[in-house]
Amino acid sequence: MRSIFKTSAAALAAATMLSGAAYADGHGVSGPLRIFSDMSNPAPRAVMEGMVERFTEANPGVEVELVITDREAWKTQIRNVLQSGTADIVNWYAGNRMAPYVEAGLFMDISDLWEEGGLTETLASTQGSMTMDDGIWGVPYTYYQWGVYYREDIFAELGLEAPTTWEEELSNCQAIVDSGRSCYTIGTQFLWTAGGWFDYLNMRTNGYDFHMELTAGEVPWTDDRVRATFENWQTLIDMGAFIDDHQSYSWQEALPFMVNGEATAYLMGNFAVAPLREAGLSDDQLGFYQFPQIDASIEPGEDAPTDTFHIAANAENVEAAEAFLLFVASAENQTLINNGDNLGQLPVNSEAGVDDDEFLNAGFDMLSNNAGGGIAQFFDRDAPAEMAQVAMQGFQQFMVDPSTLDQVLQILEGARQRIY
Amino acid sequence: MASVTTNPPITAATPTPPAPGPRRFSQQTIAPWLFLLPAFLFFATYVLVPIVQSFYISLYEWNGLYSPEYRAVEGSGLTDQACAELGNRAGREEGCELTGDTVWNAEYVGMENYANLYSDPFFWTSLKNNVIWLLLYFLAIPGGLFIALFLNQKVFGMRLYKSLFFFPFVLSQVVVGLVFSWFMLPGADEGLLNVILGWFGMGPVNILGNNTTATYGIIAAGLWPQTAYCMILYLTGLNAVDPEQIEAARLDGAKGPKMLWYVVLPQLWPATFIAIVVTVIGALRSFDLITIMTNGGPGFYNTSVLAFYMYDVALSEFGFRMGYGSAIAVILFLIMMVYIAGFLWKMWRDEKA
Repeated sequence: MRSIFKTSAAALAAATMLSGAAYADGHGVSGPLRIFSDMSNPAPRAVMEGMVERFTEANPGVEVELVITDREAWKTQIRNVLQSGTADIVNWYAGNRMAPYVEAGLFMDISDLWEEGGLTETLASTQGSMTMDDGIWGVPYTYYQWGVYYREDIFAELGLEAPTTWEEELSNCQAIVDSGRSCYTIGTQFLWTAGGWFDYLNMRTNGYDFHMELTAGEVPWTDDRVRATFENWQTLIDMGAFIDDHQSYSWQEALPFMVNGEATAYLMGNFAVAPLREAGLSDDQLGFYQFPQIDASIEPGEDAPTDTFHIAANAENVEAAEAFLLFVASAENQTLINNGDNLGQLPVNSEAGVDDDEFLNAGFDMLSNNAGGGIAQFFDRDAPAEMAQVAMQGFQQFMVDPSTLDQVLQILEGARQRIY
Repeated sequence: MASVTTNPPITAATPTPPAPGPRRFSQQTIAPWLFLLPAFLFFATYVLVPIVQSFYISLYEWNGLYSPEYRAVEGSGLTDQACAELGNRAGREEGCELTGDTVWNAEYVGMENYANLYSDPFFWTSLKNNVIWLLLYFLAIPGGLFIALFLNQKVFGMRLYKSLFFFPFVLSQVVVGLVFSWFMLPGADEGLLNVILGWFGMGPVNILGNNTTATYGIIAAGLWPQTAYCMILYLTGLNAVDPEQIEAARLDGAKGPKMLWYVVLPQLWPATFIAIVVTVIGALRSFDLITIMTNGGPGFYNTSVLAFYMYDVALSEFGFRMGYGSAIAVILFLIMMVYIAGFLWKMWRDEKA
């Protein structure tokens, strides 16, 4: 067992008490366990604190030191925390966002834990997005679907149905624009929302596999297939589908347009449901549909970003950290933390239950039965950090002024040649 | 033009020099160095060493991360070298263990970062914006002077007015940025600016969302506290203007602009000098306002300046190019150096005179 060779006295003490098969059995782990979490919003914070409480109840020997950092600030602070060796467990994201830390050897490879803890079966759906360099580097605790959240009442008023094809999408949108509204609200000040639009348009125009090749840097951005994606995007922009001045809003600041009925739909992650409900939209007014197909011959790919826990390579209490990860990954825990009273998202563990919520059911059904193309993480998690940064700036630039497309694609292609 | 009033200058009592003696002499030579020592240490640790490090790192390609170091476990048949070469697989290898130290895995690339900067359009956008900032920020100096002259009157409640004018400088730049971005919100009935424009029948504008106007919008926000800063410098400067000279000038018939230009302004030169210094520094380190108001956008770094671009490529959420960021920092340092050298040269010349 690899952990025996860790230098920490605590780990050594714990390791001598355990046999190799004791992974799944948390009893016997002890000592301090330092967890750095980014679950700082009220509901996630309560979930994180609840998990720690239940874990320490089952493992009274472990003293958890929990540090919860602001979710945005954590995106840069994780570097310091991992390098200073102050954490045993950290929160992060699946996919290419792990790359810098995996390459630098700052995350611990937990392939053994996946094998022996049976995670390769229960978490099989995300094994691919947790795998890099032949290792598995963390465990997922939640994920959520992306899709179009729309105003059912306004659609009914205009006599529209949720679209399934691009033609229906365009004719719907024309009717919405003619009624004096925008089809979609969006706030691109922080860029990533435009990344969501690109993901869907590209996966529908060219398919999931092409999208993955593009984010992996194997296809030039000046390729005609990429241009086809932008042409579809431009069709929407030219007909006035998006709200004006979106470059000045954050995603939250774009919500009121939908609540006030100035825009009828929002391409967003499921986390948008909570604020829309809080703003007064009832479930009769709010609906969900899968992003419509553009090319009927292409299996739909979906974005479903996965949030994760990782063990730091220089963790001191590896035994307890592994026990905590198994606890997080368990079906029982994932059912509980993802229900409507807690995160309100989807559990990753295939044996966990999905809470009975209109949008969670719709999302679960879509991802299980209607995502034949494949499941992507999200543009900024699938593409390397630098590429994601410059490409999302390009998407925003294109949305503000579609005539600059050639220049945008040149810049992105230049960046691709430098980065990969 | 507001009248210029002055207070009598304060004359300091000249201290009597201590009696000379051999013991006292050595104390007097050592004491200043002792007092300076802490400052020197801090200056070296937090200024000089980082400057040298920036030069050094700018010659490397590095993602800003140190890796944990591994060594071979005795009797495992592996060597330390073999464990090091395993990279991120070493943690999985039973024959390797952590040493507790870290490895700096950077690649030496010589001047490549600088060559890339030269052909990087975003670098030039940022540099151009820096120049715009520098030029327009100087408006704070005449603006501050005007307000200072206006406020330099003996009217009931003047202290209150002065504090109100000084208020924006007390605010954090983040707050200033937020207030101005709300002020300039797009949409006809959202931002106050567009509401006011609407009264005059002018259409809504989105200053911060437009590639060509966004930088000017941010500079306008920056001028608000900067003008207040210059104003307070001039207000203190005006206290030191010699009333006898004013009186003499008045007897000679000088008034209004001529009085200001030929009599008052020359005496305000020390205040002007400090105002120039703080304004140049303020312009070059403009970073928080940009982050808050536009996040460098819209589009590709359209409102970025060198300091922002450096942060974005090296330290932000998606920034992992520490070497490249250091190269930008070095360029920014050299630009500042031109100006700092001029400043030092002037100080040296003044002290000699």
